[in-house]
Amino acid sequence: MAYTNNDHQTCQIRTAETKVAVGADDGDTQDLLRTISLFLVLMAVWLLLSGHYTPLITGFGIVSCLLSALIAYRMDVIDRESHPIHLGPRIIFYWGWLMAEIYKANLDVAKCILFPKKHLRPSMFTEKVTQKSDLGKVIYANSITLTPGTVTVDLDGDIVMVHALTKASADGVKSGDMDRRVTAVMEEA
Amino acid sequence: MIDLLLDIGTWILLIAGSILLLITGLGLLRLPDLYTRIHAGGMADTLATFLIFVGLSLQSGFSLVTVKLLLVIVFVFFTSPVSSYALAQGSFVAGLKPKLDGFSEEEEE
Amino acid sequence: MTIYAITAIAILISIAMALGRAILGPTSYDRILSANAIGTKTVLLIGVMGFLAGRPDFLDLALVYSLVNFIGTLAVLKYFKFGTLRGTLSKPADNP
Repeated sequence: MAYTNNDHQTCQIRTAETKVAVGADDGDTQDLLRTISLFLVLMAVWLLLSGHYTPLITGFGIVSCLLSALIAYRMDVIDRESHPIHLGPRIIFYWGWLMAEIYKANLDVAKCILFPKKHLRPSMFTEKVTQKSDLGKVIYANSITLTPGTVTVDLDGDIVMVHALTKASADGVKSGDMDRRVTAVMEEA
Repeated sequence: MIDLLLDIGTWILLIAGSILLLITGLGLLRLPDLYTRIHAGGMADTLATFLIFVGLSLQSGFSLVTVKLLLVIVFVFFTSPVSSYALAQGSFVAGLKPKLDGFSEEEEE
Repeated sequence: MTIYAITAIAILISIAMALGRAILGPTSYDRILSANAIGTKTVLLIGVMGFLAGRPDFLDLALVYSLVNFIGTLAVLKYFKFGTLRGTLSKPADNP
């Protein structure tokens, strides 16, 4: 058991090294941008949660955030997936649209709970996902789950299995509107 | 004047959130099987949290507290679908069959 | 002030209902679901109680509680699925 674990780890390290070798020339400025953005996010959270604004404490905050960002940069863990700044403002608009959907779906589920005889039609079906990257698939599956009335049960390859509470929510997923929007956000035609 | 408007807003939002929470609890009790109950749980995670915390942030004015309230909303919105998905997938893999009511199952697949 | 008390009572009733499901729940997944729901409602309760007591510092606790709730749910589910907390979250076939 221990031996296989070790083997697995060295294997992982080797793939990480090859990734660095490949990725060194295609996204250096992007990496730097992501590191700076990570530092800004860390700093914002620090300022938000500390509440003390004396020079000493804030200095400690700046130093520790800088150190964390540097270590993350050295470890090469800030890639497109963990820190997707390339999505930019499009994802904000998408969240706005998602909020409206969540509002509508909540009223739907509330009706269903209050009058189960009339509305409750649970169903389970599979649907194809059109996003190519893992990040896009995760955003889509999480959006489905976040909208009440539909829950992602399984995501395997490009097939997503959905459990829907009512006929309306099942039709909402089957129409593929959300799928198209996520694909547009990811800029993957 | 502004205070009165904010108070009214808080009342409306908090009452709406409370009603949603009560419906959620009712749903947890009366819906027939696990998969349908997950939907009820997800409802409390999303709109009820949003309504109650936005209602509270109207009262706190423009301060650090407001930002913290919004941060809690963001955290809940990021984490709740992951735990719902893990729960649904775990129970599906464990072999728990959902109760399906009539339609579907024969189409698709 | 009154509105906070009303909301807190509604949250408590809702927690009681979730607790009822935890007691009734035929499978253990039902119980995990209601534990998760109770956790989310506790986050709401801490926030509202902070305002009720006039001490909004409670929000830090709510923040941490929401994260602990998430990690706790995932840990229990992983333990249920694999019977151990060791190793990665990959399929059992990958690390025999």
